[in-house]
Amino acid sequence: MDLLTKFIDTYPVFIKGMLLTFQLTVVAVFIAIFIGLFFAFLKISKIKVLEWIADIYIFLVRGTPLVVQIFIFYFGLTALDISQFWSVVLGLAFHNGAYIAEIFRGSIQSIDKGQMEAGRSLGMTAGLAMRRIILPQAFRRAMPPLGNQFIIALKDSSLASFIGMYELFNVATTYGSNEYDYMSYLLIVAVYYLVLVLIFSVLVNMAEKKMASSD
Amino acid sequence: MSETYMIKVEKLNKSFGDLHVLKDIDITVKESDVVCLIGASGSGKSTLLRCLNFLELKDSGNIIFEGEKVEQETHDLNKVRQKVGMVFQHFHLFPHMTVLENVMEAPVYVKSMPKDQAKKEAQDLLRKVGLSDKENVYPSKLSGGQKQRVAIARALAMKPDIMLFDEPTSALDPELVGEVLSTMKELAEEGMTMVVVTHEMGFAKEVADWAVYLHDGKIVEVGHPEDLFNNPKEERTKNFLDSVL
Repeated sequence: MDLLTKFIDTYPVFIKGMLLTFQLTVVAVFIAIFIGLFFAFLKISKIKVLEWIADIYIFLVRGTPLVVQIFIFYFGLTALDISQFWSVVLGLAFHNGAYIAEIFRGSIQSIDKGQMEAGRSLGMTAGLAMRRIILPQAFRRAMPPLGNQFIIALKDSSLASFIGMYELFNVATTYGSNEYDYMSYLLIVAVYYLVLVLIFSVLVNMAEKKMASSD
Repeated sequence: MSETYMIKVEKLNKSFGDLHVLKDIDITVKESDVVCLIGASGSGKSTLLRCLNFLELKDSGNIIFEGEKVEQETHDLNKVRQKVGMVFQHFHLFPHMTVLENVMEAPVYVKSMPKDQAKKEAQDLLRKVGLSDKENVYPSKLSGGQKQRVAIARALAMKPDIMLFDEPTSALDPELVGEVLSTMKELAEEGMTMVVVTHEMGFAKEVADWAVYLHDGKIVEVGHPEDLFNNPKEERTKNFLDSVL
């Protein structure tokens, strides 16, 4: 019951932290989707130089720990007078963009070649056929892995605590150290994360069902 | 040169890597002609068809469309393709759109036709192919024969001057072949210029003005289907016909 009391006593602060976690994640993933789409197009452009640029980007992201990336963005961008919030958001977006680029590349390439040919045979330009025919189908196919990536990003945002963002995980460790009781607050914060992930999973499932209505 | 030629192919060559698929093909299709391309798989008949709307680009030779030589490097191929309808073996309907949206798509987004006009025309076309009741259905709910008829309507929506059919019935269950062939036959009777890659010898005999037998990338024999099928002049044509009839 001790745990429950602590939970009730601290929830206003945790809710604030949760909102910040949620904001960080949503804004970062939103930007990452555009970064991902851009690099996915570079990857499928069949122009060697552009493919290399995308490969280098993905290599950099995959080859270094996220916490290092967040620190580099934090020290680099705050030096340019960009706020702490936006430096974390951009760091997370840069990181997730690489994984989302691979998700989009895969889903675009998974669409039957005949779809592009059908579009072209009707007189569409490659760009129009991409926009009207390929991308709507590719987005639908990308939904499950994108939802997955969002959940990963949500949990990864806890690393923002290392540069002092007062998001969920930081709230927990701050309470933990103030009250010499890490375990209780870590268990409490785990519940918050679980609830966030659960809510989001339900939303993604609903969206997928809605989009699948034509299949 | 002459305006009565819909499409004229001269000395067309096409290779995929080391594989020489089309060898010096000459063919002239006049307005309202219905031409069947026949031949074993690998003979190059589908590639020839795909060259006609530049889904495959030729290596050498000329393609003259409606009196104008099409230079594939400089010509706006999208403009040419707008006038050349194509029906595929595997339909390639857009699965994320309803039947009606499939047919409206190109007029609206390629020709910038107002939506209500495109809708009206699409409904007329669907009535013509006997699928008025399927307007708001998604392609996944249709039979193969219905899908192919929607694909024909989709191509017709661009008001093409010529229609290309790439084995339009090969992916269909036998009992669904008839409905697609009768739609095509109707189209031929309306005077549509058609080039059809097919294994349906009955259809070729009944509807085609002439047939072309391809073997190993070359045109072996050209003739009226009746003559070509009954009295082939070439041994290879005879062998092929024996194997399919």
